[in-house]
Amino acid sequence: MKVIVDMDVCKDHGQCVFSAPEVFQINENGRLVYEAEPDESLRDAVEEAADVCPLQAITIEG
Amino acid sequence: MTRRILIAGASMGGLRAAERLRASGFMGEIVAVGDETHMPYNRPPLSKEALASEVTHEAVAFRLRPAVADVTWRLGVPIASADLSAGAVRLADGAELAYDGLVVATGMRPRRLPTPGPARGRHVVRTLEDARALRGELGPDARVLVIGAGFIGCEVAATARLLGADVTVVAPEAVPMRRPLGDDLGAALQRRHEERGVRFLLGRTVAAFLGEDRITGAELSDGTRLDADVVVEAVGSASNTEWLGGNDLDLSDGVLCDNALRVEGRAGVVAVGDVARFPNPRYDGVARRVEHWSIPTDTAKRAAVTLLSDLGLCACDETPFAPLPTFWSDQYDLRIQSFGAPALGAGDIRVLEGDLDGEVVVGYHDGGALVGVVLIGLPTAVVRYRAELMRAPVAA
Ligand SMILES: Cc1cc2nc3c(=O)[nH]c(=O)nc-3n(C[C@H](O)[C@H](O)[C@H](O)COP(=O)(O)OP(=O)(O)OC[C@H]3O[C@@H](n4cnc5c(N)ncnc54)[C@H](O)[C@@H]3O)c2cc1C
Ligand code: SF4
Repeated sequence: MKVIVDMDVCKDHGQCVFSAPEVFQINENGRLVYEAEPDESLRDAVEEAADVCPLQAITIEG
Repeated sequence: MTRRILIAGASMGGLRAAERLRASGFMGEIVAVGDETHMPYNRPPLSKEALASEVTHEAVAFRLRPAVADVTWRLGVPIASADLSAGAVRLADGAELAYDGLVVATGMRPRRLPTPGPARGRHVVRTLEDARALRGELGPDARVLVIGAGFIGCEVAATARLLGADVTVVAPEAVPMRRPLGDDLGAALQRRHEERGVRFLLGRTVAAFLGEDRITGAELSDGTRLDADVVVEAVGSASNTEWLGGNDLDLSDGVLCDNALRVEGRAGVVAVGDVARFPNPRYDGVARRVEHWSIPTDTAKRAAVTLLSDLGLCACDETPFAPLPTFWSDQYDLRIQSFGAPALGAGDIRVLEGDLDGEVVVGYHDGGALVGVVLIGLPTAVVRYRAELMRAPVAA
């Protein structure tokens, strides 16, 4: 599974962090950082993160 | 025999319900009926980034997961009526559809002002067509009058300013966004809007719209006359529940549900999204509708399980349903985020971090306990405060 966040669209709301903290984090500068190729076992959490992103900035491939 | 679940309303709540029914193991037929002609799309950008650039379905459409590829979408036709005891709905084109389970996801429509005057030039923002029509009239030369100083009104005001329009906001309350945010934060946000050139005429309403065959201005309750080419009515919303009439339901404010989102004890009928009025044991247990974008997703997850357990297709979930209301609003470069229930803590509002004219965290308390948080900026604080709100015990 590949995760792509459109960083031009992302506004660092951090909603994704609550759904999949293993994959998405807000760093100390307040910017989103994420794991681009998370383990398949995290698929449900990543799909939920994509659903709850207010900017719909998260795409999942594969 | 395959069972059929009918989803009434093909927007975010309807889509999330379909996804969750599949995710919870429902293999039968799903039919979603929607009166809009479009596949489900996202509304928040319609007052923000999409209104600022280009209003296309492509820009706001929800991605469809493979799991919902076999859902039947009947679009462009409203449901005219429902007979819950017979388990059937009638569409406006005369077709009748029987179902085993029903998901009510018909949401809200904008309230319109009864104010007299010409109709041309008057807008609301709920649908793609609404936003497109408004976008067509917003330009640097437009004189825009926004009526209503809630979130949608303030977002439209901000977007219209970004497009160079001359913008005035008229509303009866003393400060914008007062009910959700409180006086001090509302006033601080008003200053930010004013710094960017938006004019506020508060404590007033519109008495009449002026003009012959299109709007040229408005007369306010205090006699003030304003010139305007474009009027945006952002004065709240009304529930789309008329089609459920005649079933002996309480439709006074959305659809009354139990904590599992079952409509007034009717097995096999659930509601999701803006239209669902449900008690939240995280707070006082009073049934309320919540018009937040997070709610269709939260309610669909629970309602799907309730519906399938009513149909004997999955085990029932006995845990209390206690979603944390989550809301955001973007105005200019300001990111406003709200968690919990600030309105329930309106009597005890404190600045927890930062200051009202910069980045800030405002806490709303009830009986000394934090019940809601609103942040402007400060993304690193979001996770911390949300976790604190989630820690509060939920009554079973
Ligand atoms: C301009 C705008 C900006 C917003 N911004 C934010 C924001 O920044 N943050 C936030 O948290 N929330 C925001 N919201 C709120 C959020 O968009 C809603 O909470 C969400 O859309 C609710 O989804 P829903 O599916 O419950 O209802 P809706 O989206 O209203 O969907 C209901 C659907 O049912 C259809 N329907 C109605 N009656 C019938 C019938 N009889 N037969 C068939 N179909 C029918 C409707 O046409 C509609 O397509 C905003 C809303 C708007 C309009
Ligand atoms: S929820 Fe969306 S906008 Fe917010 S940080 Fe995550 S990807 Fe960015």
